[in-house]
Amino acid sequence: MLLSRRWLNEFVPVDAGDHDFAEDMTLSGSKVEVTEVEGEEISNVVVGRVTEIKRHENSDHMWICQVDVGKEEQVQIVTGAQNVSQGDLVPVALHNSTLPGGIHIKKGKLRGEVSNGMLCSYKELGMTDNDWPHSIVDGIFLLESDPDLKAKNLKPGDDIREALDLNDHVVEFEITPNRPDCLSVIGLAREAAVTYGKPLTLHEPVVKGGGPGNLADLLDVETPAQDLCPRYTARMVRNVKIGPSPKWMRERLRASGVRPINNIVDITNYVMLEYGQPMHAFDYRYVKGGKIIVRRAEEGEELTTLDGNVRKLTHDHLVIADETRAVGLAGIMGGENSEIVDDTVDVVFESANFNGTCIRKGALALGMRTEASAKFEKGLDILNTLPAVNRACELVEMLGAGEVLDGVIDILNFVPQPKTLKLRPEKINALLGTDIDAPEMCRILTDLGFGVDGDDITVPSWRGDVEHYSDLAEEVARFFGYNQIPTTAMRGVTTQGGYSREQVLERDLGAICRSLGYDEIITYSFISPTYYDKIRLPEDSPLRKSLRICNPLGEDTSIMRTTVLPSMLEILTRNYNFRNKSAYLYELGRTYFEKEDGMADEPKILSLGLYGPDESFFTLKGAVETILDSIRAENVTFQAENENPSYHPGRCARVYANGQELGVLGQIHPLVAANYGVDTELFCAELRFDVLFAARGADPEYVPLPKFPAVTRDIAVLVDTAITVGQLEACIQSAAKGLLRDVTLFDIYNGANLPAGKKSVAFNLVLRADDRSLTAQEADDEVKLILAALEKDFGAVLR
Amino acid sequence: MKEQLEKIKQEALAALAAAKESSDLETLRVKYLGKKGELTAVLKQMGKLSAEERPVIGQLANDVRERLTAEIEAQKAKLEQVKLEARLKAEAVDVTIPGREKKLGHRHPMYIALEEIKDIFVGMGFTILDGPEVELAYYNFDRLNAEEGHPSRDWSDTFYFDQDSRVMLRSQTSPMQVHAMETKPLPIRILAPGRVYRKDEVDATHSPMFHQVEGMVIDKNVTMADLKGTLNAVMEQLYGEGTKTRFRPHHFPFTEPSCEMDVQCHKCGGVGCPTCKGEGWIEVLGAGMIHPKVLEMSGIDPEEYSGWAFGMGLERMAMRRFKISDLRLIFENDVRFLEQF
Repeated sequence: MLLSRRWLNEFVPVDAGDHDFAEDMTLSGSKVEVTEVEGEEISNVVVGRVTEIKRHENSDHMWICQVDVGKEEQVQIVTGAQNVSQGDLVPVALHNSTLPGGIHIKKGKLRGEVSNGMLCSYKELGMTDNDWPHSIVDGIFLLESDPDLKAKNLKPGDDIREALDLNDHVVEFEITPNRPDCLSVIGLAREAAVTYGKPLTLHEPVVKGGGPGNLADLLDVETPAQDLCPRYTARMVRNVKIGPSPKWMRERLRASGVRPINNIVDITNYVMLEYGQPMHAFDYRYVKGGKIIVRRAEEGEELTTLDGNVRKLTHDHLVIADETRAVGLAGIMGGENSEIVDDTVDVVFESANFNGTCIRKGALALGMRTEASAKFEKGLDILNTLPAVNRACELVEMLGAGEVLDGVIDILNFVPQPKTLKLRPEKINALLGTDIDAPEMCRILTDLGFGVDGDDITVPSWRGDVEHYSDLAEEVARFFGYNQIPTTAMRGVTTQGGYSREQVLERDLGAICRSLGYDEIITYSFISPTYYDKIRLPEDSPLRKSLRICNPLGEDTSIMRTTVLPSMLEILTRNYNFRNKSAYLYELGRTYFEKEDGMADEPKILSLGLYGPDESFFTLKGAVETILDSIRAENVTFQAENENPSYHPGRCARVYANGQELGVLGQIHPLVAANYGVDTELFCAELRFDVLFAARGADPEYVPLPKFPAVTRDIAVLVDTAITVGQLEACIQSAAKGLLRDVTLFDIYNGANLPAGKKSVAFNLVLRADDRSLTAQEADDEVKLILAALEKDFGAVLR
Repeated sequence: MKEQLEKIKQEALAALAAAKESSDLETLRVKYLGKKGELTAVLKQMGKLSAEERPVIGQLANDVRERLTAEIEAQKAKLEQVKLEARLKAEAVDVTIPGREKKLGHRHPMYIALEEIKDIFVGMGFTILDGPEVELAYYNFDRLNAEEGHPSRDWSDTFYFDQDSRVMLRSQTSPMQVHAMETKPLPIRILAPGRVYRKDEVDATHSPMFHQVEGMVIDKNVTMADLKGTLNAVMEQLYGEGTKTRFRPHHFPFTEPSCEMDVQCHKCGGVGCPTCKGEGWIEVLGAGMIHPKVLEMSGIDPEEYSGWAFGMGLERMAMRRFKISDLRLIFENDVRFLEQF
């Protein structure tokens, strides 16, 4: 909402500077975005009179002018314009002047002749023919060609901004959707009046009327869609003289960001800005049968709107129609077929109240939010239609633009009942933490237009947002000052704050990952369904059953992920494409599985991903082992996994703790990597957070440190290459008779000197008893048992 | 004999002084002081001396032995010192060679901001609450006083999973207020961070997914003054003591009165600069007193209880804090970006 401060001052005189005004209004609830001063970009441009003009000797189109700019000496200016004559009053950009668009004018020579500046057109001053309809479009702005400017008796040397009244200050407000009343000059004036404690001067429109004919004979209005049209008010003007509106009106429209068009259209816009009530003017000639029908559109009905677009309507749209066809899209935009044109004679002014939701949805469906629809959708004051239409008629008479007929057509399908509330000062003070006395509260409410009778408060018709004592509290607080409300520490019953066990584990897991060198990432929860193809999920994979967004931004973000793998791969790929040498990444992110009720299970997954020189499956496995070790997970085992289509069949494992599957880890399948356009080895792990949480080991219990020394023995055995280290370790563990404390793999050898199909695996065994020093014999006996078991189970031969 | 002893002494001292290795010293010790050494050989002739001479020569011989023994020790210590110095010199390293650093991972900047906020509120007795992202419109809108027809419910603003606009991706963390009211005993102090979703195209300041944190207090006699006091304290912890704040009226369907909170621009100190777009203030969060209707809908009597709530965007918080110019960097996850934090 753009507000002209000159216009505002008509209702309440506010002399605060722009900065203070912005701050004061913002702090009382009308947020100011920015303030602009018209003509700010123009400097050192003055009114000048051409005293002499002659042809430039070296040019066939230029002229050399001597110009009186109000100083002792005249200035010489060369111009290429052809519409200047001796005696003309023109805008002169002097040496070292500025014009809109950052243009800087300096003196110079044009084909040998000195030019001390430039004569300006109104375009060069940042204006249009809508602002100066009496002046010619091309060429120098001859100031006296405009009757208003001629009447001002401008003198050479006058500042052009003052001369053209290009000096209004325009304040841009961001109005919250609950306050459509503030989308008007009067609404903001009311706020300003209360902010500054000054009286608000409102004006009651006075219409003389008396135009020829009887309104009732000429116009009939029916509202079959009465649920969508609570009120329809109309008046008629005859024998209009279409022409430009006066300068003051054009200036206010311009300051408010509205382009002046002609007097009748400008009046509707002027009233909309002033009263906040959208209006429309129809050419009566095209309202067939003199009948206005407010009805729902037929399914598929077409209407060409004022902007020239053909709109295809549905039954949800509300139209203004005559007996034969729609002539306007109610509350959104008028129809081209009934537009005000230069030879319009009779005009119908519509000032109606439409259902906000209907207008909002209608505009949204057509993708055409207009100034009018943006107002209607928020719900307007139903009592405002009559004063607004009267104001329009008053302006018609004031401008001499036509003859207003007596009488008003006013169909009221909904009679609003005034809302009343009880003022409870103690409740308001209790809510705000203040000590404001009741008379002060009453003063604020009265100034805002509330009816106050004892503790009975009547809400004004334009304040549909006020329904509750807390709304009254806000009104009081706004003008008492939010920043005057004291600040107090929290009181009351102390609560036990803190992190849940799950939250503690989330933090710990993050800390471990970072200590291992992994960086935290954040990825989108929604992905493209094609990502499942990229990670080679089979067509019938249950993971393909994803929650699908009905109205996604695009295919790439259209389904909720059931696996975090594509997200991690996307980020690894991006880093690879950025030529980052290595990346170690982790995320604790959610996956989403649809439940029968349409909602979702949202299990969290800890995902790790990496690539880099010299990295292998065991880098990642080591990270997973460290993570599990840090949470004291017990009975951790890894099983080869060769069925997962996303992973390398020979370099992938499922990991378990206490028999519960935590997830999967491994090298990404080369075909998947290829799908991402990556030609290096990628490694990923996906671990379920809920299983990690369940796998947390108990708090440690202190075990006395060993009193007796350990004995170590190294063994190397020859086994079939298919036998895994895990199998051998498990066999060693189960064969030992209680003296074995630790088994560590230290070598695997596949040399050519070994029999075909065999490998040598070497372990370091640590043996110890708690109550004595072991003898060599005891240690050897234990090792013998282990070797015997290895031989029995795997045919292992000691090397 | 006296001359013999003196000669041994002089010879031995000269030899010791010339010794280069501690092994040489041992050889000399054996040569002069050993069982078959020269001094011992002289002493063996003591029997030939007279009773008067014997103690004198004996004394002299002991003096020589002691002197030589001491000299050997001294010489040994000296040689070891020389040797140690040579070794230390040889072992010297170039300390400017880089150390064997363990590369640590980095927390994402958005989470740095969030963790800081969580810690502050936990310290004030708040519990951290986690909730669903796939949410019912009923919780995201209806129960928060944003009735049917509220613009934020439009399909142009919110992601839905069904044609009836029943199930959606939460557009704010505020439904956690309602979940807390339904599940927690009074009084309530909760903080609910998480992902939220809005139908915004990706650009330098927008993303269809981002993070918010919601806070709420419900108790008897809770006032707007409490809201101000608490949030002021939080801002002082986040931005430093003496941070200036202000509250502006605003509108949210589920709070009344509603406000937005600004902190004074740290860059210009309030006079206005590009960082604060000339306003001198930077908006940090929205807040307000919980709407009595919202309390009532959750079965809490607004005559007895009141509460306040706030919500803030975490990406913007992190971007401000770390001077990150483009929101896309947050979700791009380039390690060269991540490793700066």
